Amino acid sequence: MTLSRRNLLKAQAAAVAMAALRPGRPAQAQAVAGGIGTLQIKWSKAPCRFCGTGCGVMVGVKDGKVVATHGDTLAEVNRGLNCIKGYFLSKIMYGADRLTTPLLRKKNGVYAKDGDLTPVGWDEAFDTMAERAKAVLKAKGPTAIGMFGSGQWTVLEGYAATKLMRAGLRSNNLDPNARHCMASAAFAFMRTFGMDEPMGCYDDFEAADAFVLWGSNMAEMHPILWTRLADRRLSHPHVKVAVLSTFTNRSSDLADIPIVFKPGTDLAILNFIANHIITTGRVNQDFVRNHATFVKGATDIGYGLRTDHPLEQAATGAANPGATQPIDFDAYAAFVKDYTLDKTSKLSGVERGFLQELAELYADPDRKVMSLWTMGFNQHVRGVWANQLVYNLHLLTGKISEPGNSPFSLTGQPSACGTAREVGTFAHRLPADMIVANPEHRKKAEEIWRIPSGIIPPKPGYHAVEQDRMLHDGKLNFYWIQVNNNLQAAPNNSHETYPGYRNPDNFIVVSDAYPTVTAMAADCVLPAAMWVEKEGVYGNAERRTHAWRQLVNAPGEARSDLWQLMEFSKRFTTDEVWPVEVLDQNPNYRGKSIYEIVFRNGQVDKFPVGEIATDYENQESKYFGFYVQKGLFEEYASFGRGHGHDLGAYDTYHQVRGLRWPVVDGKETRWRYREGYDPFVKAGKGVDFYGNPDGKARIIAVPYEPPAEAPDKEFDIWLVTGRVLEHWHSGSMTMRVPELYKAFPSALCFMHAEDARARGINQGAEVRVVSRRGEIRTRVETRGRNRPPRGVIFVPWFDASELINKVTLDATDPISKQTDFKKCAVKVVPV
Amino acid sequence: MRGQSRSGLIGVQAAVAGAIAGGALVLACGAIYAQTAPQIVPRLTGRASPMADDPAPPLGRQITDDRRVMRNYPEQPPVIPHSIDNYQLTLRTNRCLDCHRRQYTEASGAPMISVTHFMDRDGQVLGDVTPRRYFCTECHVTQTDARPLVPNSFQDMALSPPSPKQ
Repeated sequence: MTLSRRNLLKAQAAAVAMAALRPGRPAQAQAVAGGIGTLQIKWSKAPCRFCGTGCGVMVGVKDGKVVATHGDTLAEVNRGLNCIKGYFLSKIMYGADRLTTPLLRKKNGVYAKDGDLTPVGWDEAFDTMAERAKAVLKAKGPTAIGMFGSGQWTVLEGYAATKLMRAGLRSNNLDPNARHCMASAAFAFMRTFGMDEPMGCYDDFEAADAFVLWGSNMAEMHPILWTRLADRRLSHPHVKVAVLSTFTNRSSDLADIPIVFKPGTDLAILNFIANHIITTGRVNQDFVRNHATFVKGATDIGYGLRTDHPLEQAATGAANPGATQPIDFDAYAAFVKDYTLDKTSKLSGVERGFLQELAELYADPDRKVMSLWTMGFNQHVRGVWANQLVYNLHLLTGKISEPGNSPFSLTGQPSACGTAREVGTFAHRLPADMIVANPEHRKKAEEIWRIPSGIIPPKPGYHAVEQDRMLHDGKLNFYWIQVNNNLQAAPNNSHETYPGYRNPDNFIVVSDAYPTVTAMAADCVLPAAMWVEKEGVYGNAERRTHAWRQLVNAPGEARSDLWQLMEFSKRFTTDEVWPVEVLDQNPNYRGKSIYEIVFRNGQVDKFPVGEIATDYENQESKYFGFYVQKGLFEEYASFGRGHGHDLGAYDTYHQVRGLRWPVVDGKETRWRYREGYDPFVKAGKGVDFYGNPDGKARIIAVPYEPPAEAPDKEFDIWLVTGRVLEHWHSGSMTMRVPELYKAFPSALCFMHAEDARARGINQGAEVRVVSRRGEIRTRVETRGRNRPPRGVIFVPWFDASELINKVTLDATDPISKQTDFKKCAVKVVPV
Repeated sequence: MRGQSRSGLIGVQAAVAGAIAGGALVLACGAIYAQTAPQIVPRLTGRASPMADDPAPPLGRQITDDRRVMRNYPEQPPVIPHSIDNYQLTLRTNRCLDCHRRQYTEASGAPMISVTHFMDRDGQVLGDVTPRRYFCTECHVTQTDARPLVPNSFQDMALSPPSPKQ
């Protein structure tokens, strides 16, 4: 049974000999056989496919296949480093179960909701989709069709989708999975600064004297930014790191101030720090006077559950959760005075000393501080508040918009900023921070898009969770999901998501590279080209726009999401989908296909195929007969140029390793709102938060309010969900890379050993994690990388066979509509 | 419904089982794109009834045989062929470096950390491991004995047949 080391070595030698005997290979190493040509690899740049960090990678191609990848030494973000996932990008496209042909549920040769997924041609797939969409449009109008996209869409795909939906099919029921990811951050930016996205950039990592991680486990979720933070901390002993989380994790390993707080009490800690800054006389009075105003937010705003839920009925402020009213500094100071050290320590469970040390990082005027957060803040029933409360601290002390002083909202997807936010694929948004509810904004969009006035509907569409509810209720009947795995990702999915997909009234289309849980629950599955199988653009968390070329071809019949959207649009005409009144007033738009309106409008089709670099493939452009990506990008960029959302020329992005917008005269902007860095701040202003008409940022007074659900006698423990280093999101790519799979093959329930013992559970034992919504079976890990305190468990969601979102609660932040995946009550019982 | 949908794919499922068994062969020939219907690998694509209860697989056993595993391409971070349970990797202690740091490799017999790990953000070589590479587990991971759920047809340059003459 026990193999000796010697036997192992012998076995290894035998295996090596076997490998050497592969046909066509010499048995011993030879000098360059066949000349240098056989060794050469064609290297091209691309952004990483995974998280919002936006690392640059070099992709090596040989004989039409990706054979190697490594960190791009010229990429400013990562300077040659990748994390474990990035280093295995080479393998993500080569899982053996790639989808290579469209599939349609059929019975007796025709579409049937209860049929089997059957290979069909693209025409049959699109024709069936168009037939279903037209039937729904005729019966119920554009509010019954919808699309669910992603922060993994390229900028061009997201732009094509939003234009197709709003300008073509006249529906605002378009939302990205980024709603589950950083909607709270986006709303907080708009409410505080009047403009989305961080003012600072990753250069802050090399300039800060302190880092505060608010619920973010960067060591696993943003590994390369963690290397920059670790580099700064370990190289400069004066630097301090505070890590706040609801459980101890790998980021805690670097912490000078490790803080584990009770779920939801971050709100109180934030207000305590503000109180500490004020009571110790460290408010930057000049900064606050010149650059900030104070407001008080509506309270008791509910939990974004269905309106008939008792919690919503009881919430007095649920009708208008985003309301604010002006107050002054004194009123604000009086408001936060309640958050004393004693009260906050008691509520949060954090030792007084740690709270004081943490507060001093912000209060000390000589310490530059960078705050970092992701899902801990954003997936929070008070996520917008949490984001705003951290801006309060940076505004009170003036520690903002300069190197090292930086409240920094990280993102989870490669183009959460680029596609979901900048392009505006949210149900309420248009490009460049504009919104559908604003008539001026709609007018501007209609002008740029060259469509008649009145085409873009004014009412925001259904947000992500609402889409699931409307599918469930039969009000949303044609639904197209691209580049995401929502059945695995959505909260309370066995009650609120799956029934909607299988509702006989609904037709569900899923575009993906792999057969995900979502794809397998669809009625029509479209095989997608992924990552470097197409040309694309991503936008990362520091406003960096980064482009790449098509480097290899997709397998079989797989086509890019962009091609799919464009080709599908050919099947609709204005006469079918636009109101008669609009066509009567604009007769020259009659009888045109939506493809002509959206993509052949004289702008998008302006650039010839000849402009594509001759040594790269570009299948969509060759198919449609014009440089599709460039045309879409340039039209899109015209939304933002001249007012602080400026993007550079498309061709430039193929030369550089990304540029941070606003890009003015070819130069990127590292720190916004600060004179000397930001060209939109006029000389003599110093700081100008020009997103707001008064040039000032808002400091908000909002209280601690409890989570939607808390442990009780029966469901006696908190459930927190999230990710692990080796897998990205739902694991649809990383679970197909053998090394990543073998590193972390299945989900686990991370639990305190005493909590396990109290329930008669041993390390590694199988358990049920049960909530009021549903349950999964998994195994208990009491000594792993995550070490929850008593009363908390952590379960990652990447595992399709352990769908933890059957257990989670579909409570959202009532302002941002983003789900709280971090706080619900469960029980853990042995199997 | 979904349960029924699987019945139409039985032939494909059998083919997948074969493909998995012959994973190495698939890797070598790369002919997997011939299949057109989706492969059903429940651990990846969900069960026939995706909201039903799945038993949890046993915990994977960590591979601790100390055998070096060939990299897929030169830049790939090697996987860790030994246990790292209870290794401290903190602000003050790095257990990995106790064996893999240049000055300790002679005694430990462990591979020395790569020369790239001495370079700072600007590419300058430092006297010891650069702080930006301090957390080894960002790139190096242990492996369990879990068998991959689907083959991966990535082709290793060194193992694939020589490219046709241009």
